[in-house]
Amino acid sequence: MPLLDVKDLSVTFARRGQRTVRAVDGVSFSVEAGQVVGLVGESGCGKSVTSLALMGLLPKKRGVTIGGSAMFADDTDLLKTDERSMRDIRGRDIAMIFQDPLSSLNPVVPIGVQVTEVLSRHRGMQGEAARKEATDLLDKVGIPDPARRLKEYPHQLSGGMRQRALIAMAVACKPRLLIADEPTTALDVTIQAQILELLRGLVRESGTALVMITHDLGVVAGMCDTVNVLYAGRVVESARRKPLFAEPRHPYTHGLLGSVPRLDSARGERLHAIRGSVRDVLPWPDGCAFAPRCDRRVDACVGEPPALVESIHRHAYRCVNPEPVTAEVSS
Amino acid sequence: MSTKSDKVDRLGELSAVKQDERGVSLWAEAFRQLRRNPSAIVGASILLLFVIISIIGPWLAPYSPTDTMGIREGVIKPGLIPGPSAEHWLGYDHQGRDEFSRLLVGARQTLLVGVISTLIGLTIGALIGGIAGASAGLGGRIGRAVDGVLMRIVDMLLALPSLLLAVSIAALLGASLTTVMIAVGMVSVPVFARLLRGAMIAQSGGDYVLAATSLGVKKSKIAFTHILPNSLAPVIVQATLTLATAIIEAAALSFLGLGNPDSSIPEWGVMLADAQQYLGARPGLAIYPALGIIITALGFTLLGEAMREALDPKLRK
Amino acid sequence: MTEVLVEVDDLKVHFPIKRGVFLDRTVGHVKAVDGVDLRIEKGRTYGLVGESGCGKSTLGRALLQLTKPTGGRVNFDGTELTTLPPKQLRQMRKRMQMIFQDPMSSLDPRQNVESILTEGLQAHGIGGDRTERRKLIAKTLDAVGLPQWALSRYPHEFSGGQRQRIGIARAVVLNPELIVADEPVSALDVSIQAQVINLLGDLQEELGLTYLVIAHDLAVVKHISDTVGVMYLGGLVEEASSDDIYRRPLHPYTRALMSAVPVPDPEVEDRRERILLAGDLPSPANPPTGCRFHTRCPWAQPTKCRDDRPSLRIIGTGTHRVACHWAEQIETGEIRPHAVKAEITADGAGAKDAHGALETALETPGGPVV
Repeated sequence: MPLLDVKDLSVTFARRGQRTVRAVDGVSFSVEAGQVVGLVGESGCGKSVTSLALMGLLPKKRGVTIGGSAMFADDTDLLKTDERSMRDIRGRDIAMIFQDPLSSLNPVVPIGVQVTEVLSRHRGMQGEAARKEATDLLDKVGIPDPARRLKEYPHQLSGGMRQRALIAMAVACKPRLLIADEPTTALDVTIQAQILELLRGLVRESGTALVMITHDLGVVAGMCDTVNVLYAGRVVESARRKPLFAEPRHPYTHGLLGSVPRLDSARGERLHAIRGSVRDVLPWPDGCAFAPRCDRRVDACVGEPPALVESIHRHAYRCVNPEPVTAEVSS
Repeated sequence: MSTKSDKVDRLGELSAVKQDERGVSLWAEAFRQLRRNPSAIVGASILLLFVIISIIGPWLAPYSPTDTMGIREGVIKPGLIPGPSAEHWLGYDHQGRDEFSRLLVGARQTLLVGVISTLIGLTIGALIGGIAGASAGLGGRIGRAVDGVLMRIVDMLLALPSLLLAVSIAALLGASLTTVMIAVGMVSVPVFARLLRGAMIAQSGGDYVLAATSLGVKKSKIAFTHILPNSLAPVIVQATLTLATAIIEAAALSFLGLGNPDSSIPEWGVMLADAQQYLGARPGLAIYPALGIIITALGFTLLGEAMREALDPKLRK
Repeated sequence: MTEVLVEVDDLKVHFPIKRGVFLDRTVGHVKAVDGVDLRIEKGRTYGLVGESGCGKSTLGRALLQLTKPTGGRVNFDGTELTTLPPKQLRQMRKRMQMIFQDPMSSLDPRQNVESILTEGLQAHGIGGDRTERRKLIAKTLDAVGLPQWALSRYPHEFSGGQRQRIGIARAVVLNPELIVADEPVSALDVSIQAQVINLLGDLQEELGLTYLVIAHDLAVVKHISDTVGVMYLGGLVEEASSDDIYRRPLHPYTRALMSAVPVPDPEVEDRRERILLAGDLPSPANPPTGCRFHTRCPWAQPTKCRDDRPSLRIIGTGTHRVACHWAEQIETGEIRPHAVKAEITADGAGAKDAHGALETALETPGGPVV
């Protein structure tokens, strides 16, 4: 049984005098224990809203509607759990790492206090024991001189160190699921490499499942076991890592891969750009949201939403005219 | 049920975008936002009513606001000022004049005091702030020196309590409505100057200013066509909010006797000042003009807050 | 032999760090750019790559004299820019333009597209009357792939990619020779980046433009550049043709940078060697002595690296330049990498302070020079 099973998750924002926005429009995916699952997409594809919905962090106010289900560990529907129980789950069973470590840390409280707070809240550790554990945690995430760092404030740490501190807090209670929302986007490449290596190591050692939310296909290629590509609030393609990159079937995935310049490609080669912008979407009920930008559009794309087609090795895509298979892929 | 061909048309529409429409500028967009905001509508309605009354008030008034008919008719006796009646809706004031008429006619003076004193503050403040902001933002070392001198002057102005300032101005010019307007205006000078300067310095660090510089546009032109228009929003909002406080402050100064010594011309602040001696006998005389001032101030505040929301893109989403 | 359009010689930009409430006391300098030489050939693209705080953006601005250099020379097609009087410099700007990272903040939100594109033309008196200007603008819109009805629209009505096209049109309409593009695609969605990169290529071909492209993304820089320069802490550490730098990175920092760039291909990702650098960037206010990279360098040697700052030297026969004492030995494998312990003094408070100072300094460096 999967650790997390998200079915038909939808989030809509309705505002007075404005059109209702369907930020997430029927996202389904599952995460097995110990697996790294990627959610990839561009701005506005609904990847971050998905993570906030799962963590119960979306504002509970009029106009925000959440639908579908998200079964965690087979017995808890994260979308229907009340705020009290959710507070226990957050941090203990599921932890989150955000894009901007500076704004996710309290600027006026030393790092040490923030880490020990998590430990006392969820693991009941106090005083010296908590401090020792906090030191070990900082050491584990590669922060040099952890005992001294505990006394420092977030602004005294560099971006990379802050992200490490945040990861230390996230893994403090050995959660079963870690959700990382663009954890390296704000960081430099060499620091990004450090953080990705750290996350890789944590997953390998502790068996924590990781949901990696990113726009960077390169990050996904190096980390994830399975990848879900999101477009306009829906998963348009989902596959194991290797078949997805070797044999992308959805034209959007194919286009995305073609539009990134690669270090190992020849200079000046024309990139395969996707035309239009992410604003040019067709609402899903009227057909494929990607149709307005798609080079492989046929008549059948418009009229009704394309169904999810599953081919070999659980490679699924939502397209009526997929990219042809060019070579046999082993996986 | 829409047919498939409808949906195909929709696809066409998507790619065609509304080509004939003209662009919507940020000012137009802000106005659109404003029209949708209920508190802006309420605020604007109050102000519209206020402006209409101040224009046609004298014709609406059932009696002359200066006619001391109560004394003439002998209804005013020491310790007795008659209250509302069928002929005089709000009764007489302490000199036997019709309170309702005075209220209607007084709206104009009150509005004038508010608008003119705000304009005084806005003009002087924006001038100082604009020069300081432009020189600090673009002028290099000399510019920063100019900014330093101007801002120290403003700081000195800020250090003076508004009442002291008003009293000194009154001592110089004599107590009059002009004194009140100048005093109230001067008090808001530092506010406008600092606001515009701050906004302009912030804007001059913007990429689009650098872009204009790299295009080869002259500094003075950049200051006027780029930095200034983009710095005006907070100043406009502040002006609206200042209008509200200006009316109240003017009333306070009149109340202290620094306003027009000739109280025959009705003005809400002066009326409020006069009413203080008769608070025991006729509290209504204080309440009516006070209510008028409060409601008007509320109108300006509502509109100002709504404008702040409409003009600041960060607050919008 | 191609002609050199821009020649940068020992360029330095130092921002003073000010402290004190009443009197601004200069307590030090952030050496954002500290002695850079480079040549940009006509019609070619020079790519400048480096991480945040390495001074690449400052270098671009100093080259255009938008930030006043502290020292060194910038020669543009025979004219020395650093000593040019303001008026001549302003006229010169017609020939060298800039494209910015954030297309939203670099466009005046209260100007419509027509006014944005006309501004430069007016400043330089190009295109005489209104009709002629309109023709020129229409042509430019076509060239950057914007519809004609864009003219009356305002920046907020466009998508990110379209806004960047407006920014490009603003630069191109003046028919410049040099365009400095500072992170031209990093604020854009992945699918849009490709459009803009292709557009830049097309425009170069059509108009014979010379580019200086500044970016943190090595893959992007490598893709569009003829020559790539790698910057670290205010100095160039390696410079080579785009193919060379990928096939034969010689400087340890270039190698680390290269190994850190994620490639969207699991096969490559699985078998690539990773060089993880220890710690963070040292403070540019107090850079390490000798080779600036020696505190993090896995190949650092006890001699020379610590006290002798290496200058760029040509390795082999050709144009490949590297600022490393041990480039040959590292390449042959004579010197092996070793573990590096992150230095406490190198990161944390110091680096943060200096960075803050750098940012503030960038905002008001005595104002841009016109």
